[in-house]
Amino acid sequence: MKTEDLISLLSTGVAPVDSRVPARRFVRAIALGGLGALVLMAVIFGVRPDIAAVSRTPIFWAKFAFPTTLAATALFLAARLSRPGTTIGKFWALPAVPVLVVWSAAVAVLCLASPDARIPLVMGYTWRTCPFNILLLSVPAFVAVFWAIRGLAPTRLRLAGAAGGMLAGTIATMAYCFHCPEMSVAFWAVWYMLGMTLATLIGALLGPRFLRW
Amino acid sequence: MKRIIQSGSVPGVEERLRALFIRGLNGDAVAYRAFLDDLTGHLRGFLRKRIYYLQDDIEDVVQEILLAVHNSRHTYRPDEPLTAWVHAIARYKLMDFFRARSRREALNDPLDDTLEIFATSDEEPADAKRDVGKLLEQLPDRHRLPILHVKLQGLSVSETAALTGMSESAVKVGIHRGLKALAAKIRGTA
Repeated sequence: MKTEDLISLLSTGVAPVDSRVPARRFVRAIALGGLGALVLMAVIFGVRPDIAAVSRTPIFWAKFAFPTTLAATALFLAARLSRPGTTIGKFWALPAVPVLVVWSAAVAVLCLASPDARIPLVMGYTWRTCPFNILLLSVPAFVAVFWAIRGLAPTRLRLAGAAGGMLAGTIATMAYCFHCPEMSVAFWAVWYMLGMTLATLIGALLGPRFLRW
Repeated sequence: MKRIIQSGSVPGVEERLRALFIRGLNGDAVAYRAFLDDLTGHLRGFLRKRIYYLQDDIEDVVQEILLAVHNSRHTYRPDEPLTAWVHAIARYKLMDFFRARSRREALNDPLDDTLEIFATSDEEPADAKRDVGKLLEQLPDRHRLPILHVKLQGLSVSETAALTGMSESAVKVGIHRGLKALAAKIRGTA
């Protein structure tokens, strides 16, 4: 086929383009990924038995706010990286804000605690499994978010993959909050952070392979 | 024989192409065709400077980029520069081309001068080596028939639906997915 024939093929019968398509893809991916993570959490780990009581405490919502704010920044970055020709520039610093807040709080808590209470505050009861549980819960969101990004037009696949992985990991962590019994900010600062970081790294590894279009 | 247009004012090109493209996004086929024609010239000029040692491949890469621009046109936002958007797609597809041939040149030529993409124009097509028409014939009927009737024969969506017994939404989806499948086939043969 000659190029001019291809041009006439492409331009014949064009319908108006709906500019809300990118937003709709992300909404769908987040809904499916979030639902998948919640179901996996409930089936595999179980909702914590005292959820009714604990959900009335501010500390629970402070914990939930950590992955939620990170998810919002990940969504922003992933949406930008899914479109050709956008720059990220100083927006890279966005995810650092919630992380620094939580780390500062963790340092403050540890400084105020007695020396022999510090290790339990960081390690909790579940440090061995926490990051891997988060990764397991992130699987549905990984698939959904990568589907959303791939259907747009990412041109920097490793970065787009990292942002997608971060979005999947943060969604999974939000769901994991409903199971996880740990209520120490120092624990989240290390182990939640590790789980979400691993998801981001896996996303960066998988991006060039699975986001090609 | 070759007619190469050096356009001195790159911003003028950006404005003209963007106006045409945005009208195309709103469903204006004439403006969209003018945009693709104009873009094609610029892509040829852009590529002939960069892969001059592979002149035979240029028309294939031009066609691949045109299809990519069409398939990702829903990701363009009118408040952003069109040059950067087109350049990112062209660069991505060119990198894919280099990668497919394991060319080290991909690493040596970062191609990051965004404005250059509209700097030259070349109206003279070379022959494409790959036949997109043949690849089109390999698509399954649910993709091939909507593209054949609507995009090649110029029938309307409802006429095509009546002719093929497909629903109107299946025809629209078939065109959309079919052109994406076509791009995937092109990638497979690169």
